[in-house]
Amino acid sequence: MIPLEQIKALIAAAVPGARVEIVPNDSPSGQRSLLVDSGHGAAAAAFLRDDLELRLDYCSNATGVDWPELEISEKVKVRKVVEGVEKEVEEVKKTRRPGFLETVYHLYSMEKKHGPVILRLRTENRVDRNHLPSLTPVWRSCEFQEREIYDLYGIIFDGHPDLRRILMWDGFADYPMRRDYVPPDDYEYEPTPHDEVLERAKRHCPPEAKA
Amino acid sequence: MSVAAEPPVKNYEVLPKGAANSSTEGELLEVAMGPHHPSTHGVFRMDVVLDGERVVKLKPVFGYLHRNHEKIAEGTTYLSSMPYTDRLDYFCSLTNNWAYALAVEKLAGLQVPERAEYIRVITAELTRLQNHTCLIGFLLQDMGALGTPLMYAFREREKILDLFEGLTGARMMCNYMRFGGCRVDLPAGWLEQARQVVENYPHFLDEYERLLNENEILIARSQGVGVLSRELAVNAGITGPMLRASGVNYDVRKVDRYGFYERFEFKIPLGDHGDVFDRYMIRLLEMRESLKILRSALADIPSGPVMDPKAKLRGFRPKAGEAYGRIEAPKGELGFYLISDGSPNPYRYRVRPPSLINLTILEDLCLGQLVADVVVILGSVDIVLGEVDR
Repeated sequence: MIPLEQIKALIAAAVPGARVEIVPNDSPSGQRSLLVDSGHGAAAAAFLRDDLELRLDYCSNATGVDWPELEISEKVKVRKVVEGVEKEVEEVKKTRRPGFLETVYHLYSMEKKHGPVILRLRTENRVDRNHLPSLTPVWRSCEFQEREIYDLYGIIFDGHPDLRRILMWDGFADYPMRRDYVPPDDYEYEPTPHDEVLERAKRHCPPEAKA
Repeated sequence: MSVAAEPPVKNYEVLPKGAANSSTEGELLEVAMGPHHPSTHGVFRMDVVLDGERVVKLKPVFGYLHRNHEKIAEGTTYLSSMPYTDRLDYFCSLTNNWAYALAVEKLAGLQVPERAEYIRVITAELTRLQNHTCLIGFLLQDMGALGTPLMYAFREREKILDLFEGLTGARMMCNYMRFGGCRVDLPAGWLEQARQVVENYPHFLDEYERLLNENEILIARSQGVGVLSRELAVNAGITGPMLRASGVNYDVRKVDRYGFYERFEFKIPLGDHGDVFDRYMIRLLEMRESLKILRSALADIPSGPVMDPKAKLRGFRPKAGEAYGRIEAPKGELGFYLISDGSPNPYRYRVRPPSLINLTILEDLCLGQLVADVVVILGSVDIVLGEVDR
């Protein structure tokens, strides 16, 4: 298996304009991954599958991850003049990381028997710019898994042959695997909600949210 | 008083023999097979469109057992998901335990003692034996051999479940593996009992094969039915016996060499045609190979601890990072993908279910086949709905 840095260079050479980064992993597993910009995701995936040295013909696992907006506070040492004396003072610096949705693909090669190479694609945000290219035309094994990601995370895959809900029923409105998902109050099916169940349902789904 | 004889009301039409029914000629018939159908192995539906008896379209519909296992696991600690993994593929709870433990061990960098690895191999191979035995029973049941093959299979499975009960206290929901080892050591006399089961198993397999292999109905219903090509199998991520029946030599036990599998001598049986008969035969051959592994593992299991003394069960917080661990479960490649943010709960917990992904090509296998063969093809895929729906 060739090192990840070399794979990164190979993708950059084969797919013009692709921005590839290596996502570090500090855990003992040491499985680092390749982050490709969403515009060139499908081309990079096709390259990984067809390259004679890599031959990653088998996409084992495709999954989504939700990263909501996050406030990161870091302690930074700043030199400041306090009461006429220059001192080193610790200050808390706050930065905001905008939220995004991510898909992760674990690729192996059945022919060369190596892997995994981990490929990540990220959406621009979690609300309206949540489109990613579908990799189902490259690996058929993504067909049901991408439907599941669409169902549970709400990522819309462009180029997927049959993008429907798969585990939840048609007409279900929310995306249950998102971090900010609020589960319904009435777990039991009630044909005509009344009294406290109706109250709870109103609180759960305020009328302005429906519009 | 006389009543005028009325002509009999005729709401049907008698056609001359051999004439096609003109009103339904060329019409397609939509049939929903399931969700309550005895051959769907649980609550599973196939929306089938038929032209006569030929399948022209088939869409699998599932989610009836969906309980969002992944979301539940993200709300609890790492260890408390362990009993929940039993419920994924409830036939093979011990291999589910192992896959999850393996992923967490990769994430936290834990070592497993030698004896524990041997116990894991032994229990996993016993699980494979009982899964394949029962699957063949179910497959034959779907073909119309009511009772006999399935009951023979259940009789043998019972002996293996007794072993599981002696070891873990439960027959099916074992909840046995822990991060860095196993929950308890083998009870006294267990190894002897296991050796006896393994010694007697080949006799049962011989009997089973004598009963079934040359059975005319089995051959007629399975040879050349539901053929899966090599290229499609690889591209669609099919794993397990189904992949190997199509002739692709890929077994995670050989490729990843997890859990001391490199110490045992065993072969990977490969199919030639990729039809239902090959899938049936591969499972029989795999059981013989599992018995080889079991025989040598039971002979040279070392003594020692079954838990890594450094592994801690309480207050378990792996460092931030991610890991993907996979094993060769009886149904295919079972993987767990975990992301840790340093807290006691996993940030992301994902199960890679072999049953779900093996269903991707169900429509391709069934197109152009008879509707009666759909049942047999589904039976040969080997699904468990607890894992498909999660």
